[in-house]
Amino acid sequence: MKSPTFASESTRPSISQPPSALDTFLDRSFRGLTYAFAWFTILLMVYLLWRVGRQATPAIQKYGLHFLTSTTWDVNKGQFGVLPEIWGTLYSSLLALILGGLFGVAIAIFLTQDFLPPKLELVFKNIVELLAAIPSVVYGLWGLFVLIPAIRPIAAWFHDYLGWLPFFRTTLSGPGLLPAALVLAIMILPTVSAISRDALSAVSPRIREAAYGMGATRWEVILRVLLPTASTGIFGSLVLGFGRALGETMALAMLVGNSNQLSISLFSPANTLAALLALNFPEANKTQEGVLMYAAIVLMAITLLVNICGAAVLRRATANVTGRR
Amino acid sequence: MRQVAVPSGVQEGEQSQLQHSLRDRRALISTLLSILTGAMTVIACVPLFSVLLMLLWRGGVKLSWHLFAELPPTAFEEGGGFGNAIVGTLVMVGIAALLSIPFGILAAVFLAEFDPESKTAAAVRFCAKTLTGLPSILAGVFAYATVVLLTGTYSAPAGGVALALLMLPTVMLTAEEAMKMVPARMKEAAIGMGCTRSQMVWRVVLPTALPGMLTGVMLAVARASGETAPLLFTALFSNFWIVQDGAPALMAPTASLAVLIYNFSGMPFENQIELAWAAALVLVLLVLAINILGQVFSRRRV
Repeated sequence: MKSPTFASESTRPSISQPPSALDTFLDRSFRGLTYAFAWFTILLMVYLLWRVGRQATPAIQKYGLHFLTSTTWDVNKGQFGVLPEIWGTLYSSLLALILGGLFGVAIAIFLTQDFLPPKLELVFKNIVELLAAIPSVVYGLWGLFVLIPAIRPIAAWFHDYLGWLPFFRTTLSGPGLLPAALVLAIMILPTVSAISRDALSAVSPRIREAAYGMGATRWEVILRVLLPTASTGIFGSLVLGFGRALGETMALAMLVGNSNQLSISLFSPANTLAALLALNFPEANKTQEGVLMYAAIVLMAITLLVNICGAAVLRRATANVTGRR
Repeated sequence: MRQVAVPSGVQEGEQSQLQHSLRDRRALISTLLSILTGAMTVIACVPLFSVLLMLLWRGGVKLSWHLFAELPPTAFEEGGGFGNAIVGTLVMVGIAALLSIPFGILAAVFLAEFDPESKTAAAVRFCAKTLTGLPSILAGVFAYATVVLLTGTYSAPAGGVALALLMLPTVMLTAEEAMKMVPARMKEAAIGMGCTRSQMVWRVVLPTALPGMLTGVMLAVARASGETAPLLFTALFSNFWIVQDGAPALMAPTASLAVLIYNFSGMPFENQIELAWAAALVLVLLVLAINILGQVFSRRRV
């Protein structure tokens, strides 16, 4: 067994050696340090929730659940209610989801199903991803000075000819729900299309080729085979997009019009929870601060609920898929 | 040879079964849907080009060295710049990076190397994922409830803490992923040579995972530089330099590019609106540059 190389190596001092006492001590300390920082993450969450909860407690005790169903926001009378903001948050996010989801999934299909040569596909993919890199305040600026003037004549036309529909009942005088929802849709588009694209390209090519082999057209394959197979991932992308839209602040604070009203019209100004916080926090007094902390808790509860629901549905859907195989 | 190159039989279609005619309803629907999705993809690119063109057109004309050296103008003042806002943004993103990068990477080492399966790790991952979905304005509310109320003043550190909260989950989760990508045989070789687990992490895992971790850090920094909402009521805004009378005035309201854009966009004065566009151009260039840097790191990994 003794080969000459082995013998010659063993005469040299080996680079492998047992850890010294110092090494063991440093190892223990470093492990302890990482453990401590891992726990800090949890403690940080608990501490933040406790701080915000404590600030909001007086307001929660004073206004209770009436806060969620009341529509007045009057600093002088001390009356606060966030129903219009909750409605505005959900309505604008839903509009953005419909539009952004439709475009996002269409883009995902177009960029995964060999419509374009790979190089061009990559160019479009990068362009859509660039949309996510632009800060939301820049979208707000663009919305104010480019988008609103551009859609105003279109909105006026809809109001003139289709004004009997509740969606077009009011005129677009400047900031409003429609421009806000359009910008939101642009902002969630990269999220939706990136995750849907992953879901679509994860579908096994065998399934696709089997459908083509049976004589299906490209779109029969996409609509009847690919989309149902990838539906889990696409649904996940939509939920994540919705979650992003709910919490988006700056573009909405600049474009939604900040009017405390409940309206189904696309052209009327509205308000959202995030925009309410952004606009009122900088000049809030002590009472208002507590009320705004309460509103922050409501926003947090809504986004958490959506994210957790989405994760749960996704997990069950994935379990179904893997269980069947 | 020519007959091989031109598949005439398929195109004439009379004799062949493999024909593609738009008179067939199925083929027509398929073609129309292809055109529709193609058009939708092109339409989706319009906003990006519109934003970039407007930034170059309205922000570009104003671009000059004065912008970087002067203070923001008041209502009726002409000229001016936003030098203090650029410094403020850099200072606050720097504070956020100093807080979130060591924190995130140390916690990620625990998650990826020391105890990945434990209940602690599961709880930490849950917290980090919850923080990822946190609306940015709520990071501002948190920083307000802690730093601003405890120190009693709007300040750059308060803004930094708010941004750090947003960066932390990105840094932590991407660092964990990057460390998990390090091949197990490299780690086992280190252990086999008698390394302690910590030495393995420092000498093998961290250097190997560095490009991946840097990509995550760059993504987080890029996102934080563009954030406005968390700074609105933590750092507020200021019309002055962060260094006053030779000493850095950290515990005072601090300007940032993003908040400057927001404030000036609502002003009725043409000069301030033009400055908002110029600031937006600078901010977008800054964010894009950081993003591209991150891409360079991630390409080096492969």
